[in-house]
Amino acid sequence: MTAFISQFINLLAAILLMLAFSMLAQRRILSLIYLYTMQGATLVAATAIVGFVTNQPHLYFSAAITLVLKVILIPSLLHRVIDRLNVRWDVEMLINIPMTMLIGIVMVMFSFYLAQPISQMSSTIARGTLGIALACILLSFMMMITRSKAVPQVIGFLSMENGLFFAATAATYGMPMVVELGIALDVLVGILILGVFMFHIREQFDSLDIRHLEKLKED
Amino acid sequence: MNLLLLVLGFPLLGSIILGFIGHRDVAREANVVFSLGTFIASCALTVQVIAEGPLFALNHEFFIDSLNVFMVSLTAFVALTTAVFSRPYMKVEQAHGKMTPSRLRLYHSMYQLFSFTMLMALMTNNMGILWVSMEAATLTTVLLVSVYRTAASLEAAWKYFILCGVGIAQALFGTVLLYMAAEKLIVAESGALLWTSLNAVKGSLDPDIITLAFAFLFIGYGTKVGLVPLHNWLPDAHAEGPTPVSAVLSGLLLNVALYAILRCKVLTDGALHSALASQLMMGFGLLSVVVAAFFLSRQKDVKRMFAYSSIEHMGLITFAFGMGGPIANFAGLLHMTVHSLIKSAIFFTVGHATQKAGTQVMEDIHGLIKVSPAVGWGMMLGSLAILGLPPFGVFASEFLILTTAMREQPWATPFLLLALGVAFASVFARVQPMVFGETTVKALPHPPALIPVFIHLGLGLMLGLYIPPYLSAWYHQAALMLGG
Repeated sequence: MTAFISQFINLLAAILLMLAFSMLAQRRILSLIYLYTMQGATLVAATAIVGFVTNQPHLYFSAAITLVLKVILIPSLLHRVIDRLNVRWDVEMLINIPMTMLIGIVMVMFSFYLAQPISQMSSTIARGTLGIALACILLSFMMMITRSKAVPQVIGFLSMENGLFFAATAATYGMPMVVELGIALDVLVGILILGVFMFHIREQFDSLDIRHLEKLKED
Repeated sequence: MNLLLLVLGFPLLGSIILGFIGHRDVAREANVVFSLGTFIASCALTVQVIAEGPLFALNHEFFIDSLNVFMVSLTAFVALTTAVFSRPYMKVEQAHGKMTPSRLRLYHSMYQLFSFTMLMALMTNNMGILWVSMEAATLTTVLLVSVYRTAASLEAAWKYFILCGVGIAQALFGTVLLYMAAEKLIVAESGALLWTSLNAVKGSLDPDIITLAFAFLFIGYGTKVGLVPLHNWLPDAHAEGPTPVSAVLSGLLLNVALYAILRCKVLTDGALHSALASQLMMGFGLLSVVVAAFFLSRQKDVKRMFAYSSIEHMGLITFAFGMGGPIANFAGLLHMTVHSLIKSAIFFTVGHATQKAGTQVMEDIHGLIKVSPAVGWGMMLGSLAILGLPPFGVFASEFLILTTAMREQPWATPFLLLALGVAFASVFARVQPMVFGETTVKALPHPPALIPVFIHLGLGLMLGLYIPPYLSAWYHQAALMLGG
């Protein structure tokens, strides 16, 4: 039974990694939001299963918070923002997609190399997935670097937070409740602020292209 | 315990009330009153901790010891004087039409909330809550930096948010790893992230995990300290936000972020029995000092210049703590104190000067001393103090850091001396024409608040000549706690 569950968690982790890769390659903002929602749903499933197997009721709470926040609230906020701003496409990437994917693969190898000695120390059922969690963090980080528009950058930021959340579940069965609530609050407030910011940026520059935001330089 | 709740309660209550009345005329005074309440409560707390020793509260979630209690009062003090300074400053900004009533409300409310998050980060015992407060501090200051809504301030705030958000995400990963290492040793429910519990078992934490955890924590919080090469957000955020915000960013936020690193360093040193944490801190500290010193000479904007000076000083403090030992730790703590006093005093004078001149470009500011001698002298004395001229406190701490470096890390001394020399030449050459010469500046519609400037400079001078016994006892105790 445990072996089966553990395999199942590994499968969910693999789905997370795959979603992180598809986000890296995705050009359409709308699809990015769907991918982000799916990532959130996978997280909810993984957290709830780990909670069920290990009999840790507080993981149900964090799964519920994740469901409300990352599957319902934030995606609908993002949908409203792109509707109001009328941005649906993100054609430009700073590096082309095959190149990005190759760098992404190198990053995954690096994370596995980094996480391997450590995940052996962990006693949790999902310890093998710590490398995947780190890979998700780095891939989202890369997505932020390679995009020139504000909305994909924000989605990259949120997806990085997903990776961190998964790392916490995989390595330690989640952080203490009070910390998790605090993190959720920070993320929610952060996304609200960024949403408001996008309107201000648009008002100032008539565009959401971050390359307008490169005036402040050392000369 | 009750005092602790008061220290946190005043700013929280303030931010809620000012969220409703922040646009009224009375809000400027209310802002000062709430900060004053916080400061008085923090002084009482300090007295209590000195008398009774370390203090736990709320089921060990809060912990006040010799390391953080003085930082709490320093934070509350600088927040108070900055609130006093911001009173006439914001009046002038309103007269110039840069602050509308709704922006003013946002500013006042966020100012109090920012104090709250800083104090929370300092007093919490939980490494997770420390992270949450640091992130919340980022969010409040992002709103403060962007309050003018100009293109440049939006750019600065966006950059600040993204860079610090990414940075601080690394710190969260480090915290997760720390929790993972501690979980096996500490059984108590949710006790595994309490710093005191971690400190008690630090010798048996797994070295592999802690090495990786410290690397992530250092990068994460180091971004907020503004260590090179993670410093890009800092000059922009300082230059484009309102000047009171620059003062609290330099004077408080950087200190608190460094405090977080220090807490992590104590744990790492105990777990590793190697000098990894020290070497990382020395390396990044020295790099920051040198790079920032050379960037100083290329600045045209007065607030950007002093922002680079903050990077330089934070680098120096990080270097001092990296060297470790009783004297270097003592010097680091002293430098933290005087830097935050003097740098905020400089930003007060810079704020008035830029309002008088109507520009932040240094070439267009001349002869401050003719129009208002107090602002001119304040800026001159502040700059001399921050550059390390005796008899100010910065001289004392820099002298201690340099002599310790000569003895223990001789290779670093030439770099430090070179950087301090370059910084002196560049800043003095810029400040001198701003203060003296034919004047280009106008008088202001509202008289500036100059008392905070001279209180800060006076305290900075006092710390150079004479350190009161209770303060020096604190420095020694805290230095000891840092492994001196």
